[in-house]
Amino acid sequence: MEPIIQVKDVSFRYEGEDESAAPVLDHVSLEIEAGSFVVILGHNGSGKSTLAKHLNGILVPDEGEVLVDGMDTKDDDKLLDIRRTVGMVFQNPDNQMVASVVEDDVAFAPENLGVPPDEIRARVDEALKLVGMYEFRDRAPHLLSGGQKQRVAIAGVIAMQPRCIVLDEPTAMLDPGGRREVIETVTRLCRENGITVVLITHHMSEAVGADKVFVMSAGHVISEGTPEAVFSKVEALRKEGLTVPDTVALSWELRGAGLDVPLAALTPADCAAGIAKALQK
Amino acid sequence: MLKDVTLGQYFPGTSFIHRLDPRTKLIATFVYIAALFVAKWYVSYAVVLALLIVCITVSGIKPSAFFRGLKPILFIIIFTAVINLFATKGGTVLWNWWKLTITSAGAQLAFLMVARIMLLITGTFLLTYTTTPMALTDGLELLLEPIKKLGAPVHEFSMMMSIALRFIPTLIEEADKIASAQKARGADFETGSLTERAKALLPLLVPLFVSAFRRADELAVAMEARCYHGGEGRTRMKKLTMCPADWATLIGSGVFLAGIIVLARYGL
Repeated sequence: MEPIIQVKDVSFRYEGEDESAAPVLDHVSLEIEAGSFVVILGHNGSGKSTLAKHLNGILVPDEGEVLVDGMDTKDDDKLLDIRRTVGMVFQNPDNQMVASVVEDDVAFAPENLGVPPDEIRARVDEALKLVGMYEFRDRAPHLLSGGQKQRVAIAGVIAMQPRCIVLDEPTAMLDPGGRREVIETVTRLCRENGITVVLITHHMSEAVGADKVFVMSAGHVISEGTPEAVFSKVEALRKEGLTVPDTVALSWELRGAGLDVPLAALTPADCAAGIAKALQK
Repeated sequence: MLKDVTLGQYFPGTSFIHRLDPRTKLIATFVYIAALFVAKWYVSYAVVLALLIVCITVSGIKPSAFFRGLKPILFIIIFTAVINLFATKGGTVLWNWWKLTITSAGAQLAFLMVARIMLLITGTFLLTYTTTPMALTDGLELLLEPIKKLGAPVHEFSMMMSIALRFIPTLIEEADKIASAQKARGADFETGSLTERAKALLPLLVPLFVSAFRRADELAVAMEARCYHGGEGRTRMKKLTMCPADWATLIGSGVFLAGIIVLARYGL
C-alpha cells in the first residue's frame, strides 16, 4: 500500500521558545498508509498534538518535510488541496462548530470549497447518516451531548470527502459513553468506508483496534508496530509514563507471578481465554 | 440568572411567516418600523396593531413569548411614559401637585410613545422568533450585496455575526459555570450596592474573556482546517429563493406603508 502521509525527518519548535531547549518535534519520521487505522500515543507534552497539526499544514516543519498525497505542506498553493485531503477533528467539540444548526455546520466545509448547493445537501445528509446523527440535523449544537457534538464535528470533516481524518484527542473531554461513540464511529469509517484514520490519544485502550501504533515521547517516536507488539513492551511504556491496557497489565502481573499467559491479549475475552488455558496446564 | 436572555431566540415552526425568505422578512420589518414612526394618531396605531396581531396569529407563536420578551425593557417603557407624562405641556390640566403637572396632551403622548415602543419591540421579535439567526445573517449578507462592491466587508461582518450568535449559549453556559465556582468560594453577586455588585462581576468577567479568546483561537484553526478562506468562491447549501409569497408580502408591506402615510397626512 502507498503512504498517504509521509513525515520525513521533521523538527519543529514554537516561536519564542528557548533555542537551547529540545524542540517539540525532534527529527520525527513516519509514514501513514492509505486506508489504515493508525494511533499515535503519548502523554501530555510528548509532541503528539504538534505532530497532528503538521499533518494538514496548520503548522509547517522547521526542518524536514511533510508530504500529503505527494504534496508538500510548505507549498501555499496546495494548502486547500492538502486540507481537503486530510480533515482534522479537534479536542473541544464546542470550539470547532461555526453554525447554530447541526446541518449548517456540516455544510461549512463544502461551502468553503465552492461545491454546488445540491451536492452539498447530498454530502451533508450522507455525512450525518454515516455518523448516525441524521435525526439531529436541525438541532442546535449546544443542546447535544459531548459525544454527539464530536460526531457532528466528524461529519463536518467527512462532508469535505477527505481521504484521511486526523483526530487530535477527540475523546479527551468526553465521558466513557461519548468516548465509545466516537471510537466506534471512526473505526467504522475506516473499515467500511476506507477512510484513513489517524487517532491521537493518551488512552491506550483506544489503540486496541488499530493497524499500527506509534508511541511518542519528548518529541521522538520511541516505538512503533502493531498494538500487540507495542503493548508487550510493558516496562518501556511504563517508563514513559504511559499505562498499558488493563488486560495487558493483568497478563504482565500474572507472568511476573509465574503463570504462562500470552502478553498480547488486548480484549477481555482474549485475556480470559489465555488465563483459562494457562490454568488448565 | 443569565438564562432568561431571549436575544435572537428562534421558535421552530412551519407557518407562512416562518417560510418567507429572510430578506422579505427583513425588508417587511424595516417597512413596519418606518410605518410605526410615520404613524400619528390612534387610527394609524390601531391599523399597525391589527396587522401585528394578524401576523402573530399566523406565526403560531404563543403571545406569552412576546410578553416575556418585553419584560427586560420594562424600565425603558416606564421611563418613557413618565418623561412624556410630565414633560409635555398643552391641553387641559388633569392633575397638579407641587411642580408636577399632567396635561391631557402629556397623557396622550405618553400613551402613544409606550404603544410605539411596545409595537416596535414586539414586531422585531416576530422577525427573530420566526427566522433562524443563520438565515437572518444570510439574508442580511445578500441584502447588503450592493455595498460589497464598494469594498465593505459584508461577508466578514455576517460571518462574525453568525459566530457571535452561535457562541452566545456557549458563553452563557460558561459564565454560569464560573459564577457557580465563584459562589462556591464565597463570592456574592446578588447583594450590595450597584458598584459593589459591578465589582463582584470582575472575577467573573476576567476568566470569561480569557476563555473566549482561547475559544476564538481554536475556532480559527478549526475553520482553516475546514478550508475556510474568506467569502471568495464560497457557495451555500441553502440557497435563498424569493417565491410568489415573498413578492406578495413585499407588495403588501408597501401598500401598508402607503396607507399609514395617507392616514398620517389626514392627522389620523
